[in-house]
Amino acid sequence: MASDVVEKSGPRAHEAVPTFTVTMIVRRFDPEVDEEPRWVDYDLQMHGTDRVLDALHKIKWEIDGSLAFRRSCAHGVCGSDAMRINGRNRLACKTLLKDLDVSQPIYVEALKGLPLEKDLIVDMEPFFDSFREVQPFLMASTKPKDGKERLQSPEQRARFDDTTKCILCAACTSSCPVFWTDGQYFGPAAIVNAHRFIFDSRDEGSQVRMDILNDQEGVWRCRTTFNCTDACPRGIQVTQAIAEVKQAIMRGKP
Amino acid sequence: MTTSIESPRAARTVRRGGVNWEKWGWIYMRVSGVALVVLIFGHLFVNLMIGDGVKALDFAFVGGKLSNPFWQVWDTLMLWLALIHGANGMRTITNDYAHNRLVGVVVKGAILAATVVLIILGTLVVYTFDPCPAGAPTDLLPTFCTGG
Repeated sequence: MASDVVEKSGPRAHEAVPTFTVTMIVRRFDPEVDEEPRWVDYDLQMHGTDRVLDALHKIKWEIDGSLAFRRSCAHGVCGSDAMRINGRNRLACKTLLKDLDVSQPIYVEALKGLPLEKDLIVDMEPFFDSFREVQPFLMASTKPKDGKERLQSPEQRARFDDTTKCILCAACTSSCPVFWTDGQYFGPAAIVNAHRFIFDSRDEGSQVRMDILNDQEGVWRCRTTFNCTDACPRGIQVTQAIAEVKQAIMRGKP
Repeated sequence: MTTSIESPRAARTVRRGGVNWEKWGWIYMRVSGVALVVLIFGHLFVNLMIGDGVKALDFAFVGGKLSNPFWQVWDTLMLWLALIHGANGMRTITNDYAHNRLVGVVVKGAILAATVVLIILGTLVVYTFDPCPAGAPTDLLPTFCTGG
């Protein structure tokens, strides 16, 4: 009786977050030991509030410290932990376990189309190379008016707002079947970042970027598969951005 | 005080002159695709839905259509647009998956040859088709053959 009273007057007991067992099947690859990647499964006790990244942490911290994956901010901004979760490119830190079907095993593997280095880590250099090639920086040779900042109306800013959200996680480019074929295609992310400057009213390098993307490996290789739009963790309308760049190249101006 | 920074002399691919085939190929696919939707569904509708439908299809029906200038132009357009559209699609797929240069050249050569042969054959048939071959049983021929 007395304990009842204590419980009621004390701070409200924290409502327990329900736990469930989930099987994670991770595609492991250690270049020093393995010839081929292999699938390894882990049974974990997880909470409904946990993300795939938390499950990976649990594996790394409690079961097998050799599991290798990238992550920095763990909150969907740095773009380090893009990986293939149940066959779709997602950020591990933005994918809640409860949103997946936890009655089935969850398959986690590295991004496709980029060279596998270890476990969930791929070589991002080919991806950054095509990003660099579109010259993703403001090119303005003229002096700003009155020697102050370059002004832009809210409408002019809104024109490229969507493509400013890119965090270079490579989820889009590595979900693109055209990129998978030979890796020569610029890929959605590079075109998105070109779009961000092509349609920027302050920029003077649009023609240069459009020339680069008018190449054989440029925008014309896009088959509008929409894989990139589906993969983007920031919700960028990637395929639409690519279509707008195509239109701009056909017009010859943004 | 503001400073303007010179554009960095980063390496960039410069489009060599001439026709940009990738661009025009892409535009062709879009334009011919829209035209083919009309042409093919029109073709199917006229052949399969109107009148007796599929039961009306025989030598006389085809012969009658191919001696009408309207259908000659329609069929020619459909033939050329569809074959080039399909061949360009196959070329794109070859470019994607044929990593060996020789394989790519051979496959694309074969696609080109097949397309050219089919276009020439098809065009010949459309414009030289004889709807009233001599000595054929009259009940199989279009009505205009027998001077009706």
